[in-house]
Amino acid sequence: MVRLAGMLAGIALALAAGAAPAASKDAAARADPKAGEAIYARCLACHALAYDRTGPRHCGLFGRRAGSVKDFLYSDAMRRSKIVWSEKTLDRFLANPLKAVPGTAMGYAGVTDRKERADLIAYLEQANASPECRKLP
Amino acid sequence: MSFLILGNAPNALEARRSFLGKSGLLLSGAAVALLAGQEALAKGGKSAASDVRILNSALGAELEAIAAYQVGADSGLLQKPVLDLALTFQGQHKEHAEILSKTIAKLGGKPVSAKDKYSFPTDTLKTQADVLRFAATLEKGAVSAYLGAVPVFGNRDLAKAAASILGDEAMHWAILRNALGEAPVPSAFMS
Repeated sequence: MVRLAGMLAGIALALAAGAAPAASKDAAARADPKAGEAIYARCLACHALAYDRTGPRHCGLFGRRAGSVKDFLYSDAMRRSKIVWSEKTLDRFLANPLKAVPGTAMGYAGVTDRKERADLIAYLEQANASPECRKLP
Repeated sequence: MSFLILGNAPNALEARRSFLGKSGLLLSGAAVALLAGQEALAKGGKSAASDVRILNSALGAELEAIAAYQVGADSGLLQKPVLDLALTFQGQHKEHAEILSKTIAKLGGKPVSAKDKYSFPTDTLKTQADVLRFAATLEKGAVSAYLGAVPVFGNRDLAKAAASILGDEAMHWAILRNALGEAPVPSAFMS
């Protein structure tokens, strides 16, 4: 019953997503990379940190221009998006990829919970500083 | 051989019965749903193009999963009956890939092909448990990917079919976890 209440609270949070920028800052401030690692498991059908799969690698993500990993076949929409990946641009994209970049090949509804997005981004930042990522050219 | 090609035969019903009887091939509900709705999709414009992109991403992941199970099967680390299980799951991914590919083509898209070479963390696969854990990671990711795709399909037949594949991937994940001695169904909800 407690779990159900938690789940329903999560759904309510998802429904309320996008309502308050201040809350987004709070979520980022409380971001937990450990929780983000668990959320990253959702990405592992298509992505990896250190190598390209159905989706591009995530090492080197921050500061990288969208659509720019060498030899990876992006959608035209992503290549033309002019996005440079940062906490802010990732937050917007992950909330609703198809809305943020219409035509993206990432046919995914998004991570609607703002705290989950903050955790996921915190994990990606932490992973990008890891030896696994830093040893890559 | 195509379900829709048979449907265009002069005596389609008889031809289909004959085909099913001879080949033993039965099209699942998901397969029928994937191949159905062609007319609606043809009218869909942007929505149909988006659906094709989603299907192609799913196809790319399925093709990679097939290759991953082959790496596991060829590793010499899997013992029977686990090896048989892995090959069964690989066969089901092949079925997913085949029907996704046909559907993309019927919708006017170009199905992605398997890559010549995939990157897998083979240096970390030292035991049967390592292989099972790696496969479980991919299967869990697949469940999440299909879960994220279901709400964004423009065509509800495709969403239903994707949900059917999602169910299959979830069963793979649960059985792999069970084989690892982990709780097969760790929570009431997937994300």
